[in-house]
Amino acid sequence: MNSKEITTQISEAADSLNLKKWDYGASFSNDYSVQVDKGEAKQLKASQKQILTIRVWNDSNLVGITTTSDISESGIQKALNQANIASDFGNKNERTEFSPLAKDPIEVKDSKKRNPVGIKKLLTLLREAEVKLLESHESIKSVPYNGLSESFYERVYANSDGAFRSYTKSQAALYLYARAEEKNKKPRSSGSVKLGYGVEDIDIESCIKDASNKTISHLNYSSIKTDKYLICFSPESFLTIINAFSSMFNARSILDGVSLSNKNSIGEKLSTEALNIYDDGLHEKNISSSPFDGEGTPTKRLCLINKGRLKNFIHSESTARIFKTIPTGHAGLGSKVSVSPDWIVVEKSEENSDLKTSLDYSTYEGEFVYIEELNAIHAGVRASQGSFSLPFDGWLYKNGKKISIESATVAGDFKYLLKNIVNIESNQEVTTSGISPHIWVDELSITGDA
Amino acid sequence: MLSSQIKLNQIVFGSCNKDFLEEIIFYGISLGADFVEIFIENTDNSSVLAEEDFITSVSPSFGRGAGIRIFKNKKDGFVSTNDLTKEGLMRSVSQAIEMLDIRDNRNRKVFNGLNKLRDYGLAKKTWIDEVPSIHEISEKLLVSTKSLKKNNKVITRKGSYSRNLQEVIIASSDGTYASDIRLHQTVGLNVIANDAQYRSSGSRRFGSSGMPNEFRIWDHEKAANDVFESSMNMLYADYVDAGQMPVILANKFGGVIFHEACGHLLETTQIERGTTPFENKLNKKIAHESVTAIDEGISEGSFGSLSVDDEGMEPEKSVLIKNGILKKFISDRAGELRTGHKRTGSGRRQNYSFAAASRMRNTYIAKGEHSKEDLINSISDGLYCKSMGGGSVGATGQFNFAVEEGYLIKNGKLTNPVKGATLIGEAKEVMPKISMCGNDLELAPGFCGSISGSVNVTVGQPHIKVDSITVGGR
Repeated sequence: MNSKEITTQISEAADSLNLKKWDYGASFSNDYSVQVDKGEAKQLKASQKQILTIRVWNDSNLVGITTTSDISESGIQKALNQANIASDFGNKNERTEFSPLAKDPIEVKDSKKRNPVGIKKLLTLLREAEVKLLESHESIKSVPYNGLSESFYERVYANSDGAFRSYTKSQAALYLYARAEEKNKKPRSSGSVKLGYGVEDIDIESCIKDASNKTISHLNYSSIKTDKYLICFSPESFLTIINAFSSMFNARSILDGVSLSNKNSIGEKLSTEALNIYDDGLHEKNISSSPFDGEGTPTKRLCLINKGRLKNFIHSESTARIFKTIPTGHAGLGSKVSVSPDWIVVEKSEENSDLKTSLDYSTYEGEFVYIEELNAIHAGVRASQGSFSLPFDGWLYKNGKKISIESATVAGDFKYLLKNIVNIESNQEVTTSGISPHIWVDELSITGDA
Repeated sequence: MLSSQIKLNQIVFGSCNKDFLEEIIFYGISLGADFVEIFIENTDNSSVLAEEDFITSVSPSFGRGAGIRIFKNKKDGFVSTNDLTKEGLMRSVSQAIEMLDIRDNRNRKVFNGLNKLRDYGLAKKTWIDEVPSIHEISEKLLVSTKSLKKNNKVITRKGSYSRNLQEVIIASSDGTYASDIRLHQTVGLNVIANDAQYRSSGSRRFGSSGMPNEFRIWDHEKAANDVFESSMNMLYADYVDAGQMPVILANKFGGVIFHEACGHLLETTQIERGTTPFENKLNKKIAHESVTAIDEGISEGSFGSLSVDDEGMEPEKSVLIKNGILKKFISDRAGELRTGHKRTGSGRRQNYSFAAASRMRNTYIAKGEHSKEDLINSISDGLYCKSMGGGSVGATGQFNFAVEEGYLIKNGKLTNPVKGATLIGEAKEVMPKISMCGNDLELAPGFCGSISGSVNVTVGQPHIKVDSITVGGR
């Protein structure tokens, strides 16, 4: 059955149950992945998945929902029935409607959909990558976490008002995490992840090189003294912290009382005038881009922070109606519609005269801590309180030398961090979760073992 | 009626599928597989969310699927599908065979058919009719969130409930043939408190396995008081000063540190990867002699208990560490094949789309002889971690855990509440420093995410004292 036929089947089943208003989101995927262990195939996986989420509105215009992997005729019938029953418990205080933009044109990029290369090819490529990584340095003894995968999927949204959207995509991912060991030293580990539309688009050599260089660079380590330090966030680590506190831009979180912002926060000065932040799900570098959200609203570029001031919130249909604006294409279909960012882009604005441009990651000779990667985000971030305490991988730069930091955490307040940005470097780097330059922040607490 | 009683193509839950499954397994063996395992699942779930004084979300879901695993020598291929027809399952077997590049079927293994069905779900078929209705759940959640409204500093109140009913059929070429029905219920309460520039939060989650009536007898008032008090105690707390210090970890969810920092390193998947420092430490001392640690799946009603694991083996009680000596690893079928450690009934997976792996069940440090007061009195300057947040363990064994509710210890007494504390260390360095165990062992439910997805577990311990650990702060 294709997505048009499923829509017809849902429509007919809804008619037979006298359900006049409904919508659904669905995804269908085929995934293939391999892992290796010292040249041997470890686990080879394939899956075919289908997920259907149906919402129905009852006579009181309350919404009920059901999710199922059973898209047989009886499965669809049952899902509609269950959703109809659930609608008795629909939220009377916050009505949900179809997105007013669900039939607007969508921007479908060249999908760059690739064909499967197959498990055998995946296995061959990953074996070769593992060998090269092991041979890249005598201290690298194993690659305990590795994988190469390819996925092919279709996403669909349709409703009883005639909206219908679908797109198909492919995506491939390679991750290599090496473990290095040297006598009388603790093992060190680091790695790299690369994404592409297909396996042929992944720069495997660069993934090997990154994983090797990063792991080796941490071989000589030392503990760090607990103190406040000047910090340079790598593009990846800065995007991690922005995403962790994205509830600040999230209208759903504001309504739920778990955001650092409130309804009147638009225009609030958060940071240096040199800071611009966008959410840009359709960015050409975003491999996972989707032309529409869970409610069928087109995805678009949205400015979140302009010249240091909060500019826009991200919305679903219902939050937009409450805030008297339009949906922004950030909804996830659910009984309670979720809202989340797509792809964060950080850049330096034209108003950048207050920046300390001498702080350049590659040339600065003073003392600072370079945070390469933040870990344990789920445990160390209190988004509703604005605080964080996170372990990280990084280096201490001192007297023109750098040494890997053995084990440490960085702690602080997110608003303090934004206010204390002292430089935004010019060169943006593309990561798997967005784009950002190196960002410098003054005076954050580091706890170490020294 | 159980959703599964609707006929699902050719697999029928609650009926005998022996001939059907034997045909699929024989097909895999005839193509040259060493071992074939079929895991079939049917789920019926629902969740309810109450915010402030309203139900804001009711989410039912149901589904079905199969995971087929083929072993050839020590390699395995795993295929998952929603297609439960004979053709669909045969296609999955063929795909796994092809993935493993099995071309030689001359020395094929012998498959003598499936054993008699071990049906662990026989007495559980009525559970779905015995669990509380959405109406009943909604009413109790609303009473619970109302109980959280104890003063005007509480600005956000939430109560959530979820119920997962999973029917499984497990069949494999060694004759294993089992079915079961599993019921897990959880309920959680959360608050955010606010006063001027001060903000705090509190949360607790409760859960059970089996026991359809458990939600009805859950003491929501006690839970609400606990969550409220925690948020109020922490509202005006100062940030903790960072440094090395002795720490007391409370019982119940305090056990999450042992689970994350040590328990995972005792799973055979870690031996396979070469990422555990305990690989060659069997029968050697890895912890203080006061530490005995257990992993089991048999405590009635505990969140990590199960009648049969996802590979068809009954769970055992495994003493992992006895008086500081490492005695056993947690093992599944692949773990036994690849590392030689005997299976412990710990092959677990989130659902059909994951291959089973060695995973913890109810994991805890056994009780000692000290009172909580003994432990606190033994410290002149340290930290009491009453409630732990989440944490993680890095690839080299370093762990990091947030302290949700902490108090300073001065001269053997609990003093000021402190926030922002993080415990940092490595299992092999911290385990020998657990010098005192209390006599107040209690368990707490949780979810553990790892290689085979998110599974229900119990963590636990009595109050324990760690002589010295790095506390991250400001």
